[in-house]
Amino acid sequence: MINFVYCILLICCSLCLYRIARGPTPADRIVGTDILGIVIVGFCALLAISSKKDYYLTIAIAWALLSFIGTIALAKFLGGKGFDE
Amino acid sequence: MREIIGFIFLTIGALFDLFGCIGLVRLPDVYNRLQASTKCVTLGTCLILVSIIIMGTAPIGTKSFLCAIFILVSSPTAAHALSRGAHLAGIKLWEKSICDKLEEDERDKTV
Repeated sequence: MINFVYCILLICCSLCLYRIARGPTPADRIVGTDILGIVIVGFCALLAISSKKDYYLTIAIAWALLSFIGTIALAKFLGGKGFDE
Repeated sequence: MREIIGFIFLTIGALFDLFGCIGLVRLPDVYNRLQASTKCVTLGTCLILVSIIIMGTAPIGTKSFLCAIFILVSSPTAAHALSRGAHLAGIKLWEKSICDKLEEDERDKTV
């Protein structure tokens, strides 16, 4: 049963990677990276529940933080502004 | 009983993730892709984390709760900043889009 959920999340990751590789504009690639980060947080949570280890959720929290900060930085870079405006 | 409810939440969350990623591939421009995939994937991942709160032990549940709250706060913020940045970078809307309020606001400000 849990293998089915793993398969769905792997399909999600491959669709995001398709969008990152294919995307016509830079904003498409940044959207793909953001969504891939959130899907990977769910993947880490699934690893935590299937192996009964709680450090996978520490990885998930750290990944969510880094994905958020990276997306904000890339959005500012895309808008052509500095970080303090 | 907890296992059954948890698996129902887990399956619904994974299906939301799948639909969001299909929207990311199928829709025509950046803004459509952003709104479809961000909302669906945020809800799907939060449902997966809620199912882990239901199924798991206490330390797993606490960390999962923190992670769900953080994702609910941060993911729409990132999507909003990203769409504004894409608009400022001059990326065109789909040709069948019917209105662009941000561009009208900018035009009013300059006039």
